Amino acid sequence: MPKQSPVPDALSKPFWDACNEGRLIMQTCGICNRMQFPPEAACSQCKSKDHLMWREVSGRGKIYGYAVMHDCRIRVLQADQPFNLAIVELDEDPGIKMYSHLPGTPVDEVPVGASVRVEFEATPASGQKVYEWRVVK
Amino acid sequence: MASSTQNAPASMYRKDEGLGVWEHKGKVAAVGVGHSPADRRWDYRPETSVGAYAIIALRKAMEDAGVTPDQVDGLVMDPSTTTGASWPEGRPIPEEFAKAFKPGAGAVDGISMLSTEWILNNMPELTNIKYTQYGPGCMSNAICVGAQAVGDGLAKVCLVLKAWDNLEGRYGQGGANAEDTISGNAQWSNPWGPTGPYLWAYMFNQYTQKYGGSHDLMANFVVNSKRNGLLFPEGYWAQNRPDVLTKEDYLNSRWIVKPANLYDCDIPITVGAAYLFTTAERARDMKQKPVYILNHTQTQPKNRGIVQTLEECQESTDFTGRKLYEGAGIGPSDVTFENMYDGYTLFHQYFLEGLRFAGVKRGEALEFYEHGDLTIEGPNPVSPSGGNAGSGRTRFWMHSDSIQQIQGRAGARQIKKKAEIGISGGPMPTSGNFTVWSATPG
Repeated sequence: MPKQSPVPDALSKPFWDACNEGRLIMQTCGICNRMQFPPEAACSQCKSKDHLMWREVSGRGKIYGYAVMHDCRIRVLQADQPFNLAIVELDEDPGIKMYSHLPGTPVDEVPVGASVRVEFEATPASGQKVYEWRVVK
Repeated sequence: MASSTQNAPASMYRKDEGLGVWEHKGKVAAVGVGHSPADRRWDYRPETSVGAYAIIALRKAMEDAGVTPDQVDGLVMDPSTTTGASWPEGRPIPEEFAKAFKPGAGAVDGISMLSTEWILNNMPELTNIKYTQYGPGCMSNAICVGAQAVGDGLAKVCLVLKAWDNLEGRYGQGGANAEDTISGNAQWSNPWGPTGPYLWAYMFNQYTQKYGGSHDLMANFVVNSKRNGLLFPEGYWAQNRPDVLTKEDYLNSRWIVKPANLYDCDIPITVGAAYLFTTAERARDMKQKPVYILNHTQTQPKNRGIVQTLEECQESTDFTGRKLYEGAGIGPSDVTFENMYDGYTLFHQYFLEGLRFAGVKRGEALEFYEHGDLTIEGPNPVSPSGGNAGSGRTRFWMHSDSIQQIQGRAGARQIKKKAEIGISGGPMPTSGNFTVWSATPG
């Protein structure tokens, strides 16, 4: 499903570069051993700026919740309405939540709790790849 | 050309639990209420601009309280007025507007923002203002700041203002949302499109999954709010499109983000409101009955990730409830009516349950909506203002109504039960400002 292309900045570039390479990475604080998403300039827990690193994760998660978008404000998504908009939580840390359109899942037939696996999809404007999640059959 | 007025310092908001009873409990009172007309959009005439509407509201609030402008020494307001759209860069200010008003502290002052300078330049009758402060965000913020300012002795007779401009265009559909690329914080969300009501639609699914029930059980709440809204003469729907909403209309409405439908979302409008706050002592000599402020509190979001969870929302609203009761020295059974924000109707139940209003506990609100009595005639009036579902998005009807209910001046909306204590606030269950209003100083 065509999406807006994220424009990487200094903070987000490692994440989006990894997406282009087919890898999902999470910003992690070396002191707290805690992941955070989206990435921030400092650890949201200990506030340290000097111990943030990127850690590759398995790309496995579960569907936490969803709603069905019928009237979206984002122009490039409007042609695909209605569409699923789910929240996926990472297996490594369910506190990390990420959005997904759940490609392959029929509209409004979202299996909450089901296992999902990450995949990467190119966005039309710049070719930048973004993450998506597909239900594991 | 920046405004010389500052945002209120963080110390003016009561944020924590364990602060005890508010030091100014019962010593600050709301007396006057003023509203402008309410329009769907600005039609570019000077007399319907957000600045003009702010002036109308302020003058009415003073008149309502029986106070002359020279007696007012404080002005607290939110400088932001936009419902979402900005005045396009480079677009000239309408000539008629420029002729009608003196400039303030910004190029679009009076059109798409409001500074204290603009108000004072265009209300020469306010000759004795010694204290100005911004309470940015919503009327809920300005109320907390105004109450604290009067309590702290920074002002003795203080106007509190919030006004909104709704410029042309579909809500949120322009700007970055219409582009093919996305920068900044929105790079983490816009590619998937979780705008506006999404958070509350998804969370409503979490709620019904956890406690049972369905979206259909929202109907009585929304129908009751729309009914109360039509009894609010200053409201947008009452003034412009007084259609009665039936349960069937609600259940057959189109989805915006299923399970949020059209009537679960409030409509952006152009409008202003002002209140006159003063000390309990001064209030005794004014025209209307004083409504004493027992407490105010601010709650800020604590969500960890990209989206708030149901549990985080419930923790926030429980926290708000506990703080409100602690600072006011009251408990849930003391509350006559609740007027919490409803600007997505699908989150009102978190407030209601957080307050334990009418004895409703976690997970019980939909059952209460379906089988309880929410009406203004009943024992537990829910959103007697009609809220923003009932009168358009201002995030202030709830406050105006709370003051008027306790004064016995809510007209056709007046609750049957004696209005002793009411609670209002918002906007979000996870981040907002809240006030306890009372017929007695407590």
